[in-house]
Amino acid sequence: MLARIQFAFTVSFHFIFPAISIGLASFLAVLEGLWLKTGKGVYANLFRYWLKIFAVVFGMGVVSGVVLSYQFGTNWSEFSYRAGPIIGPLMGYEVMTAFFLEAGFLGVMLFGINKVGRRLHFFATCMVALGTLISATWILSVNSWMQTPAGYAINDAGQFVPAGSWWPIVFNPSFPYRLVHTVLAAFLTTAFIVGAVGAWHLLKDRTNPGARKMFSMAMWMAALVTPLQIVAGDQHGLNTLEHQPVKVLAMEGDYQPSPEGAPLILFGFPDSEEARVRYEVAIPKLGSLILKHDFDAPLPGLIDFPRDQWPPVPIVFWSFRIMVGLGFAMLAIGLWSLVTRWRGTLYDSRWMHRAAVVMGPSGLVAVIAGWVTTEVGRQPFTVYGLMRTAESHSPLAAPAVAASLIAFVVVYFFVFGAGIYYLLRLMSKPPQRGEALLANQPHRAAGITPASGVDAASSKGG
Amino acid sequence: MASIDVTVIWACMIGFAVFAYVVMDGFDLGIGILFPGLKAGEERDQAMNSIAPVWDGNETWLVFGGGGLMAVFPLAYAIILPATYPLIIAMLLGLVFRGVAFEFRWRDPGHRKFWDIAFTLGSVIAALSQGITLGALLQGIRVEDDAYAGGWLDWLSPFSLLTGVSVLLGYGLLGATWLIWKTEGTAQAHARRMAFRLGIATFAALAAVSLATPFLHIDYWRRWFELPQVLLTAQVPVLTVICAGIFFQSLAKGHERMPFLMALILFLLGFVGLGISMFPYAVPQAVTIWDAAAPRASQIFLLAGAVVIVPMILAYTGWAYRVFRGKAGIEGYH
Repeated sequence: MLARIQFAFTVSFHFIFPAISIGLASFLAVLEGLWLKTGKGVYANLFRYWLKIFAVVFGMGVVSGVVLSYQFGTNWSEFSYRAGPIIGPLMGYEVMTAFFLEAGFLGVMLFGINKVGRRLHFFATCMVALGTLISATWILSVNSWMQTPAGYAINDAGQFVPAGSWWPIVFNPSFPYRLVHTVLAAFLTTAFIVGAVGAWHLLKDRTNPGARKMFSMAMWMAALVTPLQIVAGDQHGLNTLEHQPVKVLAMEGDYQPSPEGAPLILFGFPDSEEARVRYEVAIPKLGSLILKHDFDAPLPGLIDFPRDQWPPVPIVFWSFRIMVGLGFAMLAIGLWSLVTRWRGTLYDSRWMHRAAVVMGPSGLVAVIAGWVTTEVGRQPFTVYGLMRTAESHSPLAAPAVAASLIAFVVVYFFVFGAGIYYLLRLMSKPPQRGEALLANQPHRAAGITPASGVDAASSKGG
Repeated sequence: MASIDVTVIWACMIGFAVFAYVVMDGFDLGIGILFPGLKAGEERDQAMNSIAPVWDGNETWLVFGGGGLMAVFPLAYAIILPATYPLIIAMLLGLVFRGVAFEFRWRDPGHRKFWDIAFTLGSVIAALSQGITLGALLQGIRVEDDAYAGGWLDWLSPFSLLTGVSVLLGYGLLGATWLIWKTEGTAQAHARRMAFRLGIATFAALAAVSLATPFLHIDYWRRWFELPQVLLTAQVPVLTVICAGIFFQSLAKGHERMPFLMALILFLLGFVGLGISMFPYAVPQAVTIWDAAAPRASQIFLLAGAVVIVPMILAYTGWAYRVFRGKAGIEGYH
């Protein structure tokens, strides 16, 4: 149990950073590409503004990620032994194709603009962005395999081994849905952070060109991607119902079977002891429409499945509602931005800007809630239906795990607390025309201004 | 294909990844270890500049080593990590602190002193835990029924502490010789003095570990002292002595790159020595690489990619180092 808490804690912390860096890396590549194409200084300034933020986010993502790659062994050695032959090579490919790509080109991206020229630098930025996407692909393949295992056999030692071709393992049934849903979520998370920062500075100074540009770009993303994401989430839900019905029933709070169409429970308090949802507010038949795209389609209930295969229903039920609720709030912001844009008041609508600031962290919260839904919903299994969480941990003394859990909590709150403080401080400064390339980095620290190449290039267009 | 033993190839690959990690993160951890000895301001900024663009890639080899071990030797991974649990946790937390220090120290001049201390402390803890882990591995791990069967402090012994200190000194040496190459002025002169002292300390530590290892287990003794293999294995200490000679001579003559090169060769020789002691065990005296191996299909699947991708990684890593060639300087990269 302690190992589980520790893993949940370190994973959720880690997960925040890739969620931002996936979106932010692509955003930076777009900004630099637009800069190369149009020569407009506003893009160069925004690129440098967000690059500083990206550097901090990425640094924290790396260190928290290194922790994870070893926690599989320290805390989940039995799982690593048994599932290693399947998920180990996938994670090996992640390291080889993604991590090295990101890390190798990151130095050039952060420090190399005066050394390699603009085109090669743009290439480095693209490679970092590509690395984050490849990384997401492999790790979601691993995670999806744990949710919907395929293409495996079990050998005499109880290990999961490949049954033949690797294709069914990599492209397991839930992988495409999960990948699309997660990558879109990462893009939306970034869009809402960028949008909130832009809105914050617009509230102070409506004329700041950098703030206007970033707000506008973020709102386009919100307006276009949120509807796509809702469709992707719906498709993912259908897939989950097919492969992990228990999880979906827990998400919906459907304890009892509904032979004539399931209601959609909006709110309530799931009670697994009595197998019903207390104080429920429900819309008849809508549940079946969403899950089966048919008002009258029958749905089973949790009681149709053995009690020892139920996940902790209230957690899944609530985290799912948080995610969906935030999704619709994002949709509202996106539509609102379209209305104000059409009226020509995008940069003047104070209420809209305030709402965008409030919604800034919504992507992060939704991502974590969604992740809790899918991971807690998989319980009590680590490999769905095949290997129980209780059989997965290491032969360790409880005090050792407890002590390390405390150490992790203290260190993480301290280190990442400081990191988030620095991030907020960076974001609270409005984007400037002559945005320095990583202020306080070596060049500045020594009191010498950075090379003139970049500034000349940007002021020419700006 | 049948005549080629994939498992042995993978043992070499993992060995290579660990070696790449040790020397690459070794010199940047070494900078952290030496940080308190450098003057605040210009000397520290130069040192930090020299590794800022590359440390992240260096550390990725650690992830590759861990990930590779899990993929191709899952049993070894599942035994070694629980056996050295507190060490691994300490190493990871140390790496967390020093990793964020790279970013935070520039962004918060008011607390720069604090982040400098965090950088040093994190580097020292990471280096010590890696060294102690090595010692724990060499002295053996209690295994029953294919799982770790010891307590959570079994790794602690005089021998493992000795290897811990040795690795700490060795990383310090790598860091100091790297600084001779990449810095100039007082920082370089400073690094020279440190490299000289650390050189003596490292060779002494290496000798101590080499002498103690054969007494850990009769099998190690046989490998190092019995004929005929002694004719082969004796080459390692002989080459080490030659390496030491060139090292001190180049240092005295004021060469800039040779000391770093010699420090790398020293690590390589130490690594070959370890290989001689350990092969073919993944967990010494308990689990061989063939016992620990994942099914052939898993090994081949990953190897097929590795053969193509690892050379590409080495190529662009080399390119990144080339971009930042020359002295680091205090004014950053121009």
